[in-house]
Amino acid sequence: MGTASYQDRIVTAFTACAMFWAVLGMLAGVYVAAELVWPTINFGQPALSFGRVRTLHTTLVLFGFGVSALIGTAFYSVQRTSHVRLFAPGLAWFVFYAWQLAIVLGGCSILAGWNSGKEYAELEWPFDLAIAVAWVAFAIVFFGTIARRRMESIYISNWFYGALIIVVAMLHIVNSLAMPATLGKSYSLFAGAQDAVVQWWYGHNAVGFLLTGGFLGMLYYFLPKHAEQPIWSYRLSIVSFWAFVYTYIWAGPHHLHYHAIPEWVQSLGMVMSLILLAPSWATMVNGIMTVSAASQKLRTDPALKFIVLSLAFYGLATFEGPMLAIKSVNVFSHFTEWTIGHVHSGALGWNALITFGTFYFLVPRLAGVPLYSARLANVHFWLALAGVMLYVLAMWGAGVSQGVLWLSLDELGEVRFSFNDVMAAMKPYYLLRFVAGLVFLVGAMLMAVNLARTFAGRRTIEVAPPGSRVGAGGRT
Amino acid sequence: MKLVSLHRKIERNSGLLIFGILVVSSIGGLVQVLPIVLGDAHGAPAAGLAVYSPLELEGRDLYIRESCSTCHTQQVRPLLAEVKRYGPYSRAGEFAYDRPFLWGSKRTGPDLARIGGKYNDDWQRMHLLDPRSVVPASIMPAYPWLASRDADQGRTIQARMRALQQLGHPYSDQDIAAAPAALEGRTELEALVAYLQSLGRSMAGEPQP
Ligand code: HEC
Ligand code: HEM
Ligand code: HEM
Repeated sequence: MGTASYQDRIVTAFTACAMFWAVLGMLAGVYVAAELVWPTINFGQPALSFGRVRTLHTTLVLFGFGVSALIGTAFYSVQRTSHVRLFAPGLAWFVFYAWQLAIVLGGCSILAGWNSGKEYAELEWPFDLAIAVAWVAFAIVFFGTIARRRMESIYISNWFYGALIIVVAMLHIVNSLAMPATLGKSYSLFAGAQDAVVQWWYGHNAVGFLLTGGFLGMLYYFLPKHAEQPIWSYRLSIVSFWAFVYTYIWAGPHHLHYHAIPEWVQSLGMVMSLILLAPSWATMVNGIMTVSAASQKLRTDPALKFIVLSLAFYGLATFEGPMLAIKSVNVFSHFTEWTIGHVHSGALGWNALITFGTFYFLVPRLAGVPLYSARLANVHFWLALAGVMLYVLAMWGAGVSQGVLWLSLDELGEVRFSFNDVMAAMKPYYLLRFVAGLVFLVGAMLMAVNLARTFAGRRTIEVAPPGSRVGAGGRT
Repeated sequence: MKLVSLHRKIERNSGLLIFGILVVSSIGGLVQVLPIVLGDAHGAPAAGLAVYSPLELEGRDLYIRESCSTCHTQQVRPLLAEVKRYGPYSRAGEFAYDRPFLWGSKRTGPDLARIGGKYNDDWQRMHLLDPRSVVPASIMPAYPWLASRDADQGRTIQARMRALQQLGHPYSDQDIAAAPAALEGRTELEALVAYLQSLGRSMAGEPQP
């Protein structure tokens, strides 16, 4: 690759790994979904039992798939919105190898039973350290590139990627503070109720700045690029960005309603969650208005269809979230499958779909050839839509039933349904969710084949930073 | 537009942008999280709360290893139906020696905060080895390997207790010296059952509301 062109090989590498982790992580998801229907299919193997594989599922989809997709697209878009090559390309490759190695070894360590016990941060302290180092290197490459930009302004997508980098670093470092006892075991620096408050400050904002903020960075670059329209309202982007960064941090305690933490913290978390609806939907409106100017393209382009559908699910998840944060609703939804439905309407409907759309757009550009099969991509679109709808509906049904049945009292004030009766009633929902997951997974596998075929037919292309031309990424 | 012109400054200076994000995103944590972490109200142990014995601690670490908390919560909410079903609601002081906390976020199985003493050790052992032998419709996984493995195979109990001691758990040096003997000849199954039987015991004297 010539010295003048953008560094896109690293983008390809991250994209390929993201796709690999998507398939493997969702395979783990389908497997745990099956274990809830047929509980004996772990065959007495510790490494295949529900607790470990479920932890593997969340680790692979969030940190293997999600983060690889985010770093890859950040490296792609930051070069194009800054009109320079990556700062410190050697360090960028270090980020790549360190991150993938951490996921491979970390995944194995989870199956082997290493576990810090903190949700979404289960990897033990040696991995926490490795992740922190790789993340700082990511920050240096990203902000270094921005500092050397040849554009006057820093484009909107980079604010969101920047917030992802800074806030996740802060969350990860604080929440991982622990006293190591052995190589594979440490104890949290915080205990009990205090640990819970720190954990959900982390957990909610990992959702906020990774699954929401990071992917909004992806949206703000690839949507206008793809629709060939500038972002509809620049001012709305500014307001919603800062409101988002400020408000999200406060909302964590909605995971701890009616738990043994102070009442004022719960109420504050609830109010802030309701306020969060405004910046979340402001962004959605901005996206929809941007794409509506390109409605012609929407009919023919499968990649754009994925992105628009993901916006709809983003709207759904960020509406459902504030509703679940209301204490009187949370009484019913908390601890139930409803939460799982909410998670996957966000994770499948928003995160996975926007990434799929972005990759269908990105890979042909990286390969310099058109997509191998647009028809296959259309088939994938319908499989994905069917899969996510079925998943979410099954979990709503299951969750609302659990919520109501668990809390129902008879005339004498005794609980009406035993736990085991309610558990038995979940079986059809679990079966439906398993089928839904399988459908979604098959779609993702078709996509992996489609992208691999596309890339196999690649022509060498090198895109150089333009001299002083304006125009990357909608308005800059 | 003043807003836009102010923002022009921020978005033209990467240092200012980084600083801005750092400040704006820290406020919530500083006001909401920090006071609880630094205050005593939610960290002090309840009266009568004992620290985990070596066998119970081993069991607790096995509970974490097997990620039982992906299916089980340890948090009874102050709701009538919940108190009827599980027992007295949870108080912060009960969890002072829980590193990490294991409240969980999903009840695929029932809450375990008050499981101690609900069943005898035999039932617990049978249930863990094959849940369907006692609850035919159960969807809980079986854990047959717990019976065939010795507790503390890696001989790390002392290192673990010392780490907790440094974090302020009231283990004496004698406790730590005696720990390996307490685990001698016990299986992982026995350790896990000992932990389960310890859950909720500090509230044993509490009246049912
Ligand atoms: C797939 C989810 C799942 C996992 C993982 C799981 N359980 Fe369960 N557990 C259940 C379900 C469902 C029940 C209710 C049916 C039954 O009693 O078997 C249950 C019941 C129990 C009970 C009886 C509770 C009561 O009040 O009757 C105990 C004790 C228990 N589990 C302990 C554990 C331990 C310890 C682990 C980890 C080694 C574990 N469970 C892992 C799902 C799970
Ligand atoms: C305005 C935005 C949102 C708000 C206010 C919100 C609120 C909530 C609430 C109240 C819960 C339930 C907590 C509980 O009862 O245990 C929850 C769970 C969750 N949400 Fe959201 N949500 C939002 C958007 C999203 C999005 C876009 C995603 C993306 C995937 C997401 C992912 C999750 C996850 C992973 C959980 C489960 C956490 C756990 O218990 O393990 N949320 N959210
Ligand atoms: C084929 C697709 C998928 C299937 C079948 C699937 C299945 C599952 C299952 C069965 C669980 C455990 C639920 C429980 O314990 O009751 C789970 C949890 C979870 N999944 Fe997925 N999943 C899929 C895709 C994804 C993706 C793409 C993401 C993220 C981007 C994701 C994020 C999560 C999270 C965060 C949880 C934990 C939820 C919580 O604790 O509240 N999943 N998934």
